Amino acid sequence: MFGLSFTPREFWAVIHGMILGGLFLISFAGGLAGLYFMRPQWMTTEGLRKQVSCLVKGTWVMAIVAWLTVITGTYIVYPWYRAPAPEGADLTQFPRSFLKANEAIAAWHNFGMEWKEHVAWFAPILATVVAYIVWRYRDQLAEDDRLRKYTIVFFVLAFLAAAVAGLLGALITKAAPVA
Amino acid sequence: MTNNVSNHIPSGPAAAAFLSGSIGLFVIGLLTTLSEASHAIGNALNWYNPSGSLVGKTGVGIIVWLIAWFFLNKAWKDKDVNLKSMFTWAIIITALGFLLTFPPFFVTFKG
Repeated sequence: MFGLSFTPREFWAVIHGMILGGLFLISFAGGLAGLYFMRPQWMTTEGLRKQVSCLVKGTWVMAIVAWLTVITGTYIVYPWYRAPAPEGADLTQFPRSFLKANEAIAAWHNFGMEWKEHVAWFAPILATVVAYIVWRYRDQLAEDDRLRKYTIVFFVLAFLAAAVAGLLGALITKAAPVA
Repeated sequence: MTNNVSNHIPSGPAAAAFLSGSIGLFVIGLLTTLSEASHAIGNALNWYNPSGSLVGKTGVGIIVWLIAWFFLNKAWKDKDVNLKSMFTWAIIITALGFLLTFPPFFVTFKG
């Protein structure tokens, strides 16, 4: 339609990086605001109840999205990235081999992908911990400043892990697309 | 908003969640560095060849995280623990996890 088309690899790269990864990063701001403003002195009882309900759903959706992002990345997109190039093959079809063969851009693999592929898995674990605490403690989070602050710290760490992975993924894809 | 005493949830479950999560991250980081240092460990973690040892590193990390969470939660589910202390440990362990996945750090152990 409209001359737009994706190869299967481009399609999954978009699902992994832009749809799932992007959704996690964009929804972070809403979750952070929800946690930060969750204070009994700033809200009515009814308002707090609704906010807790939204946060429980939102943080679980974020955790599930984070898991789907790393699973699609590790099991679908990454094997295409790291597939070994046969002798004499066009290296542009084999991103890891292409990057490693060019000293000027090899750091995108040696530093970029090596960090991204590992640190990305921190995001779903941290996001799951946050979702569990929001679900378990609900409006008690509003009264317990310390627990709320600690939860926000883990939430920010989940975002940072996802942001590092997402940024490096976008830059690596620019240098050597999985196409 | 009111929360009566009987509805109060102790800090133990939160401490168990924070600490076990950080342990999972640390294990992923530790295995990342160990598999860089030892080909034997890297090969042992190669559970799915198209993705290499990444699957084993993260798989072991997740298993250890869930087991740690189960046992810590079981031990602390009805207890108020020192949340500040447990969270401080969780942050230290998490920071180590990040460090152990950082390529300029783990390549110094390359075998």
